[in-house]
Amino acid sequence: MPRITVNVDGTEYTDDVEPRTLLVHHLRERLGKVGTVVGCDTSNCGAFTVHLDGQSVKSCSVLAVQADGCEITTIEGLARDGRLHPVQQAFHDNHALQCGFCTPGMIMQSLDLLAENPDPDEQEVREGLEGNLCRCTGYQNIVRAVRDAAGQMRPGAGPAIEHTADTPQQRTGSEQQSEVKQP
Amino acid sequence: MTSTLEPELGRARKRKEDARLITGRTRWTDNMALPGMLHLAILRSPAAHARITSIDTTEARRMPGVQAVLTGRDVADEQGSLPCAWPITEDMKTPNAPSLAVDEVRFAGEAVAVVAARSAAEAHDALDAIEVDYEDLPVVLDLDSAAADGSDLVHEDLGTNRSATWTFDSAEAGTGGDVQQALAEAEVRVDRTFRQQRLIPAFMEPRSVVVDPTGDQFTVWSATQVPHILRLMISMTLGVPEHKVRVIAPDVGGGFGGKLQVTPEEFIAFLLARRLGKPVKWTESRSETMVSAHHGRDQVQRLSLSAKRDGTVTGLKVELLADMGAYLRLVTPGVPILGAFMFNAIYKFPAYHFSCTNVFTNKTPTDAYRGAGRPEATFAIERMMDELAAELGMDPMEVRRKNWIGRDEFPFDTVAGLTYDSGDYEAATDRAMQLLGYDELRREQAERRQRGDVVQLGIGISTFTEMCGLAPSRVLGSLSYGAGGWEHASIRVLPTGKVEVVTGVSPHGQGHETAWSQIVADRLGVPFEDVEILHGDTQSSPKGLDTYGSRSLAVGGMAVVSAADKVIDKARKIAAHLMECSEDDVEFSGGSFGVRGTDRSTALGDVALAAFTAHDMPEGVEPSLDADATFDPENFSFPHGTHLCAVEVDTETGHVRIRKYACVDDVGTVVNPLIVEGQVHGGLAQGIAQALFEEAVHDEDGTLTTATLADYLVPSAADLPEYTTDRTETRATSNALGVKGVGEAGTIASTPAVVNAVVDAIRHFGVQDVPMPCSPQRVWRAITGARASAATAPEAGGGTGSIDGSGSRGGAR
Repeated sequence: MPRITVNVDGTEYTDDVEPRTLLVHHLRERLGKVGTVVGCDTSNCGAFTVHLDGQSVKSCSVLAVQADGCEITTIEGLARDGRLHPVQQAFHDNHALQCGFCTPGMIMQSLDLLAENPDPDEQEVREGLEGNLCRCTGYQNIVRAVRDAAGQMRPGAGPAIEHTADTPQQRTGSEQQSEVKQP
Repeated sequence: MTSTLEPELGRARKRKEDARLITGRTRWTDNMALPGMLHLAILRSPAAHARITSIDTTEARRMPGVQAVLTGRDVADEQGSLPCAWPITEDMKTPNAPSLAVDEVRFAGEAVAVVAARSAAEAHDALDAIEVDYEDLPVVLDLDSAAADGSDLVHEDLGTNRSATWTFDSAEAGTGGDVQQALAEAEVRVDRTFRQQRLIPAFMEPRSVVVDPTGDQFTVWSATQVPHILRLMISMTLGVPEHKVRVIAPDVGGGFGGKLQVTPEEFIAFLLARRLGKPVKWTESRSETMVSAHHGRDQVQRLSLSAKRDGTVTGLKVELLADMGAYLRLVTPGVPILGAFMFNAIYKFPAYHFSCTNVFTNKTPTDAYRGAGRPEATFAIERMMDELAAELGMDPMEVRRKNWIGRDEFPFDTVAGLTYDSGDYEAATDRAMQLLGYDELRREQAERRQRGDVVQLGIGISTFTEMCGLAPSRVLGSLSYGAGGWEHASIRVLPTGKVEVVTGVSPHGQGHETAWSQIVADRLGVPFEDVEILHGDTQSSPKGLDTYGSRSLAVGGMAVVSAADKVIDKARKIAAHLMECSEDDVEFSGGSFGVRGTDRSTALGDVALAAFTAHDMPEGVEPSLDADATFDPENFSFPHGTHLCAVEVDTETGHVRIRKYACVDDVGTVVNPLIVEGQVHGGLAQGIAQALFEEAVHDEDGTLTTATLADYLVPSAADLPEYTTDRTETRATSNALGVKGVGEAGTIASTPAVVNAVVDAIRHFGVQDVPMPCSPQRVWRAITGARASAATAPEAGGGTGSIDGSGSRGGAR
């Protein structure tokens, strides 16, 4: 069995894996990273989206061996020092989730979308999330959340902007940028 | 203890549930891993109807990691028959429903064998090594032909494909006149047949079950909406004492009725765990969900409506054929019957007749899907009102106004035998028309018609109501349902003043933890953050009837209110004793008991501590403030609203683009407007999806051809519009909160609004109907007059879903 080393959410793991093991199964079953979920077996739902070396991928379409030597960020690795990432915060603030099963994938894909287009309009958000299905929200609040997050993360939005009473202190523009590009 | 400054009821609290869901700290059933746990994989029939002539599992048993392979024959003596809790008539034909097929398979996807192995991958590998020989039997698919005499049979032993016929007649019931007479004397008569296509609930979390037999009790974790019902049914069917079963529904990723079920897979997992003495887990693939989790809708609806020339309706006759699929699952037969009370909708029909024949076919069983019977009814009547308007040359809204129940006429006894307690259809409609810009769009529509624009505009109306808050137990009893409709709650005030609330409802995305916290915070005057909601575990929440039918708030929320009131009553006695005053002088507000006319007071938390130490209790009062309550509603609740949809139809391509969707819902008092809006949005998405995108299509052999999310066309963000939503508010009088329920409203209301809009856009071509889903192909065929082929052309992937997002934007791009 091939041996692979992956860095997931800042922790390095070395394991022997069956060549056929999908990355999402490696994450869930071997590494216990069950925050990333499996919603289908045809790569339609997007619930299993993670970041592989900074790019969003559907971890159900990547073999674990392909991730050898890579850095992987999952939904579990976004919050830093107990502070939510602005995209996570925006999903909470805008009621952009109900059952929450699609949420890990939605958030990871939203990050990717915002890294490519820091100020998407409604239509661009809708198209950018086309590969991620949600059955609960009807998408409207997800679109709102992503645009809200874009506003929060924009350089210059600054710590002075107090979004809501229980929103954690804003991070600086450079912090946010670096997180988006190099999760 | 401080009270909250802002009232909790009506406050847009952000959800407590989110904290774990946005950080991946979730407890999905599939996350569970227990020592020595085995993984199950299920072999499913590729044939829709066949005799099993042999199954050879020898090879599979030798595969690496495999611990057991079982077939239906191996468990025939212990698997019983899957439960159906709703015998709608005394002579209903109920087939035996094994979890694992024994001699015969009756739908493609039915379970025929199960493998238990050390890993999920090994279990799946072994499925390929099981050899099954099938002898094909005639496949029964079409609903009309299945119901006809002489049809091939799904269940040979029943001698017919007709399971039951259920009727309601207003003349017989004494709730109205005679429909035949009304139809005979009609100045105008409209007859239509509509097809409610088969849908798939498509919750995002695939079903999963873990059974641990190693303790004194069996512990079952399941991705279910109904842990309490599951426990009861495991006990009643599999011969295990009820007190030896504990069922837990951990985080559950959506249900929409699709997890209101006692599934073959839950029973199979239980049987395996019991037999092997080891924990087992089964998690389905999406491909399995599509073919084996129950489907929804699937009716042929024949309606006749009579009216006067001035638009006043005089009678309505409804004849349904409802597709049960191959077996009767938990509430399969009752789903279309729930619609019986809703076809008359908000209109004052003086005469009404309903009959429904439930029919078996060789397809996946149907059962509840968001709305369950009510979307079907609402669709049909709202389409009929538009057809009547077209027949009379009246504006469809005017026809509705002429016939609906006026705001001063409540409570109103309907021709279907229900009593609508409250509503204001005028208010919701006026607001919705304003939001849509109804008059302006009508002008634009006329103008586009005038100049023969390629893109035609249509406006669709749905002035709907529904029955929620399932249900008064006496009504369920009169409908022969196997259980009551009450709900239970317990409140425990802890010695530190924190509060635990146990609820019998079982949320799977709705936000009950937040809403229930608001109710209790408001009632007890404690901070929102100090309330913990416990649910979904038959050990901590021993009594309940779970979540479906927009019942959780109207019934379960009321149980919470009753329990809170009991806590206060008891605490008042103790407070009076502590403050040495008469109980009559004690007032409770903002979390404190005060003595009227003095500045003396004591907080609920102090009373809770006193009740805990119990050093100085009043005579005859037991220690602790805890209270239990069970609420059985006296009546259903009746949310209503006006949904308006404007579509642009490209007459050259048949492409439909939703230009604007505006709706005003009246769901009674609102506990949390954020959650209510979210429920409406999600409901709209599913209702619009039925109108435009989704359909479970089978080929002539009975194979589901829309067996992935992409083929079935679950819409993506790019396929759906922005919704404009608003609310009006008339309190329900059937419960003290004044709430009506919102879980199904959007789904029920939106489908006819969209289809009415599509038909309205192309009616001038002579089009009277477009079968759902209104794919470009069907719309184009309707326009070009190829209507016969449009009605019989199911298309897998023929709509405009996720496959091609840009296509669905049509004229806009």
